[in-house]
Amino acid sequence: MDWEAFLLSAELGLGTVVGLTPLALWLGRVLAYRSFRGKGVAEALVALPLLLPPTVVGFYLLLAFGRDSPLGAAFEAVTGRLLAFSFEGLLLASILVNIPFAVQPAQRAFESIEPSVREAGAVSGLSPWQVFLRIELPLAWPGLVTGIVLAFAHTIGEFGVVLMVGGSIPGETRTVAIAIYDRVQAFDDRGAGIMAATLLALSVLALAVTNTLARRIGRRHG
Amino acid sequence: MGEAALAVRLRQEGPIPLDLAFTLAPGEVAALFGPSGAGKTTVLRAIAGLFRAKAGRIAAGEAVWFCSESDTFLPPHRRAVGLVFQDYALFPHMTALGNVAAALGHRPTARRRAEALALLAAVGLEGLADRRPAELSGGQRQRVAIARALARDPAVLLLDEPFAALDRAVRLSLYAEVERLRARLACPILLVTHDFDEVARLADRVLVLEAGRIVAEGDVGAVAARTDIAVIAAAAEPGTVLDATVAEHLPERGLTRLDTPAGPLLCPVLDAAIGARLRVRIPARDVILADRLPEGLSVHNALRGTVASLAPGAPGTVAVSVAVGPVMLAAQVTQDAVERLGLSPGSPVVALVKSVAVTRPAR
Repeated sequence: MDWEAFLLSAELGLGTVVGLTPLALWLGRVLAYRSFRGKGVAEALVALPLLLPPTVVGFYLLLAFGRDSPLGAAFEAVTGRLLAFSFEGLLLASILVNIPFAVQPAQRAFESIEPSVREAGAVSGLSPWQVFLRIELPLAWPGLVTGIVLAFAHTIGEFGVVLMVGGSIPGETRTVAIAIYDRVQAFDDRGAGIMAATLLALSVLALAVTNTLARRIGRRHG
Repeated sequence: MGEAALAVRLRQEGPIPLDLAFTLAPGEVAALFGPSGAGKTTVLRAIAGLFRAKAGRIAAGEAVWFCSESDTFLPPHRRAVGLVFQDYALFPHMTALGNVAAALGHRPTARRRAEALALLAAVGLEGLADRRPAELSGGQRQRVAIARALARDPAVLLLDEPFAALDRAVRLSLYAEVERLRARLACPILLVTHDFDEVARLADRVLVLEAGRIVAEGDVGAVAARTDIAVIAAAAEPGTVLDATVAEHLPERGLTRLDTPAGPLLCPVLDAAIGARLRVRIPARDVILADRLPEGLSVHNALRGTVASLAPGAPGTVAVSVAVGPVMLAAQVTQDAVERLGLSPGSPVVALVKSVAVTRPAR
């Protein structure tokens, strides 16, 4: 059992969730309530990581994180390190790749609130900020949590993007999914098996949580 | 009537055309009546601040909520307005108490609970404060919505087809509730409806809206007689329509005499030439039946006839057809009156006609 890889995956998952939650709240809400030119394009861009092969996403991110790109150069100028093959680069890639998993459930959750209920909040004297905190968040949170759980679980299991952007540097970019692959390559079936079973259990747990929350939404609206 | 509690003027070409102005007096119940798509709900939303019209002005007493000239637009949460939505729009995650307390943000925190409970009691929901909307019946949800709307101490209470989704029995009890409310409310109530029965029951005044314009305005009786307006004609109650000829004008009495198949009828002076052919309508509820010709009445028209048939009308009333010459005159009287007068087919009666409405020139 590669605890270092496990811990790294957990850190990556938590970091992704922490970075993604405000983005999902904001973007999901904008896509749910605003109408603007190019909304269809924005929604397609949000969904893009779902459709692209992870190696393709990883390839473009690797280019963007490289020493020759403005982003990679800026990161190196500030930290003195390369963004590609670093934990920070991996985290950034992970946030970008997980956007659809967090944003889409958030958007659906905000959309499921009756427009008149939000309007009733305003007519009852609640400011837009109070409507968000007291009406929208409590009604949308099962969807938000669903998205966050999915993003976390997906981060733990991501392979292609991590391999492309991060390589397999122990303690820096070798996540548990990569570690399993390395074990199999090294004919250590037992080590791979333990880690694989742990990931399986985690995924089942994530699905159980999201399903329970989905039922909660159904009950309240039914 | 006193000064206006709410003054509304709205004007825009589209997407929903509006061109109207009206004021509401304190304590008044006014109905916005009209076909769907006339803009009734849009007017309500504009008053609440949920919709911004292209041009116009909305003021509640001194407070200007919207003025296109000075580019003023207060958002809904800064207008003292109570709105009861068509679907009630209760906050599903809050109890009845929570729903009402949420609208008490302008009151000290310590007093909100007691005030919310008092408001719930005022709409007859004692003991249901801890229920969530999903655990309440349609009528109960509506009462919560009313309590929540009142919690803001509104300058105007807006009701958007509030009874549409309820069955008749619940509706009747809520009508009584609204009657009680208006007795203790200082603010005007503006009710949007497409049910003329509701208008007749609840409203002091009707504004008839068609394609964003007020095409008729006045007390319920006067507007009900405006059968030249399609939506009123379709909604109005039973009556008799007669072809009439203008026989003579009596300017010194301010009257015009019409010749009809039922006999001569006097009505307030008409702007029509002698000999002009008209169509008039006599609402059934404006026909009074007597067993002999009474004296000392304000009513001008007394027509002798015989009862042709009796049929049950609205609850407690009887629809009586009276043969007056070749005409069948519809009258609506109470069950009690039928018994007191001993009315049965063949009884001779005098029909006293209170109002004669000219609908349109006869073709």
